[in-house]
Amino acid sequence: MTDQNKTYTTQTNTQTEGRSSRPSSAARNWRDRSAQKTFLVITVFPLLLISAITIGLLWRSWPILTQYSLQELFLGSVWKPDEGLFGFLPFIMGTFWVTVVGVVLAVPPCLLIALYLSEYAHRLTRSIAKPLLDLLAAIPPVVYGVWGLLAIVPFVGKVVAPFSKQWLYSIPFLAVNQPTGFSILSAGIVLAVMIAPLVISVVYEVFTTVPNDLRHASLAIGATQWETIRYVVIPRVMPGIVAAVVLGASRAVGETIAVLMVVGNVSQVPGSIFDTAYPLPALIANNYGDMMSIPLYDSALMCAALVLLVVILIFNILSTVVLQRVLERRQV
Amino acid sequence: MEAHIQVRNLNAYYGKTQALKNINIEIPRRQITVIMGPSGCGKTTLLKTFNRFLELNDGASVTGEVLVDEQDIYAKDVDVTEVRKRVGLLAQRPAPLPMSIYENVAYGLHIHQMRKGKLEYKEAVKHYLEVAGLWDEVKKRLHEPATGLSIGQQQRLCLARGLAIEPEIILGDEPTSALDPISSQHIEKKLLELKSQYTTVVVTHTLRQAKRLADYAIFMYLGEVVEAGPAHAIFTNPQQERTRAYLEGLF
Amino acid sequence: MKRRWTRRRITEDLMKAWMLSSFVIVAGCLGLILWTVVSRGLPALTWEMVSQTPKGGFYMGKEGGVLNAIIGSLYLASGGTFLALLISLPIALYLKTYLGKSNWGHYVRLSLDVLWGIPSIVYGAFGFILMLALGLRASLLAGIVVLGLIELPIMVRAMDEVIRRMPADLEHAALALGSTRLEVALNVVSRQMLPGIITAVLLAFGRGIGDAASVLFTAGYTDRIPTSLMQPTASLPLAVFFQLSTPYPAVQQRGYASAVILTIIVLLISLGSRWISARLNKYTIK
Repeated sequence: MTDQNKTYTTQTNTQTEGRSSRPSSAARNWRDRSAQKTFLVITVFPLLLISAITIGLLWRSWPILTQYSLQELFLGSVWKPDEGLFGFLPFIMGTFWVTVVGVVLAVPPCLLIALYLSEYAHRLTRSIAKPLLDLLAAIPPVVYGVWGLLAIVPFVGKVVAPFSKQWLYSIPFLAVNQPTGFSILSAGIVLAVMIAPLVISVVYEVFTTVPNDLRHASLAIGATQWETIRYVVIPRVMPGIVAAVVLGASRAVGETIAVLMVVGNVSQVPGSIFDTAYPLPALIANNYGDMMSIPLYDSALMCAALVLLVVILIFNILSTVVLQRVLERRQV
Repeated sequence: MEAHIQVRNLNAYYGKTQALKNINIEIPRRQITVIMGPSGCGKTTLLKTFNRFLELNDGASVTGEVLVDEQDIYAKDVDVTEVRKRVGLLAQRPAPLPMSIYENVAYGLHIHQMRKGKLEYKEAVKHYLEVAGLWDEVKKRLHEPATGLSIGQQQRLCLARGLAIEPEIILGDEPTSALDPISSQHIEKKLLELKSQYTTVVVTHTLRQAKRLADYAIFMYLGEVVEAGPAHAIFTNPQQERTRAYLEGLF
Repeated sequence: MKRRWTRRRITEDLMKAWMLSSFVIVAGCLGLILWTVVSRGLPALTWEMVSQTPKGGFYMGKEGGVLNAIIGSLYLASGGTFLALLISLPIALYLKTYLGKSNWGHYVRLSLDVLWGIPSIVYGAFGFILMLALGLRASLLAGIVVLGLIELPIMVRAMDEVIRRMPADLEHAALALGSTRLEVALNVVSRQMLPGIITAVLLAFGRGIGDAASVLFTAGYTDRIPTSLMQPTASLPLAVFFQLSTPYPAVQQRGYASAVILTIIVLLISLGSRWISARLNKYTIK
């Protein structure tokens, strides 16, 4: 790199001779180098921020982590801050259920849509789909929450739950214990729509890395398009698809307001998708007001944020590393 | 001469540009037909109309008829997968599917359900790898990924994969242009061996390869067929000025 | 070669139909969301709602509007976007002109993607810790800082995407003319980037204005329009949330109306960015 600069410098010297109004090449190169150093410092910022968030949360949750055993915290199911009982299990299970239901509902249609856009759709359809997905991604979480409240909760309460009560009650996880519609299923439906634009666009990107030569090789021996997708396209990018799903799951884990508005927020370990739940983000958001008034309460809530952060960091780093690998193959 | 493929009033377009202009030719059964011409003359486009591959390009369209055994493959009620089962393609660059060597050959048999039971599959895979001259090189690593083969071996694997679905016609789209000379020779030898069983149509841009392979030759220029006929006649006594110029290497 | 109804054909057609119906369902969800929110909120959306701050008894259904939240949200999102732009512009330029596909550039991009994935409630908690450490109270300033951090990765990655599609020839041409890389960054790349920057800014602004979980911790909520950076401020998402939490139907109605206001702002931004980038793209070399 520096060699390159040197050659340019000599060229510039001869060119700028006799034009005193422009800064000398030495000054320009000095400016280039000092800018490079300043810029370098700024690029460290994202890394610093991640560490600062982790360390900050660890620092504030340290009191509770040292006073209680991990077993008490993460396997305890009683949450009574005034009595000093901080059992996270209901909240962890709430987060787990809501995320799983959301991802399970989102994945099949997202994969199919991404496949449709990359394998079948005309350029025109694609150019319509892109802005639609952008719009869906632009809608704020609280508006999703309002939609959930107005449309999904009544739908689950009045249509899905009675149906399940009549026909599916004996299937585990489908028992209906309360009829309000505020439930894991409602939160899962809202989450599924919220993560759909992200999952669709990432999976679509992943599918575009498959070279057309491969598709043609399969079509040339008389395979249908679906056979080509199933035996050639999907196997080739399976890791990328899994990574995209994990990325979507990490978004679902952290979603706060929209879930909070439809999930019911009762601290219990759920046993059915029609039960209410109380996920970790909702716990933090609902109780931030009183957290300084009870000893260790603030530390407990920060610990909840730390748990969220750790889970999401793991999900995110894994999926991002895999995706970067997969997407880089396109250039080769 | 008995025609296996008949092309009638064929026109092809990419968007608004016309790539093929009123093509009328016949391709003889169980011989090697070579389509030649300078680059951009539409020879690959013509080849792609024979297995309905042109429609994979966004915005490409075709008018006219291509008859295989007197049956128009562009008729409305034709199943395109059946067309491609009868008309195999050997592409310019070998494209091994992301599976093992064995599965690459078995793939076509599997989707068309042409065999039953493991044993029949094994025999068929062995047979077609032998026909393609690859069996001895790969018999010990049938279940390794096909991408581990050399590019010449990959092309012979693609030949085996194409032959396994028992086509009547083999199309070759400059099938040796990505290969080293020895691998090219392998493929050419195979095509000559197989010509008694298959109707073969090869696009090539090298004149010498055309002369080595052709029983029947078609010369194209700017989207039109200039001259078509038995190879020795075309090469020794071309009727058209443009054919003569091409054969003499003027463009 | 005649088409027959084989198992293969049926599978092919079924899968295609399933794909299309998934597409219709998801597109339908978009329509359903907009229709639900607008049809419930529009009747309560009056001039009073957007032109007045809450008066006494507002949260029991008496007069007033949510001007405090509208202004507060605009302050918060503009401040956050400005802050994010200050940091992300040099990062994006540096990624392009100095790092390219180097290892360090790889790590910076990875860390940005990871930052993008951290949920806003965690940013909120982090902002709260910062405030405790610095002795700050919930305020416009704290809200702006946290929104700036949230918007940062969105902005850099959006710019980075646009810059990466920029042809290398242009940059090489400038280098060949004897420019230093800083000059390339400042003159050539940033000019080519303009549409990308604008799109990124609008995208980040839209994300910032819709974010609720982080401002809950850091910006507080008040009925007054803030006059200094140290005062707490209301915001639209929280206005929606709080009004819906009250038991009075009249107030809930206003919550829906506030959701309509927020949706309209966000949609205008989203459509606007599309329009602007489409217009500006005409004048850049692709």
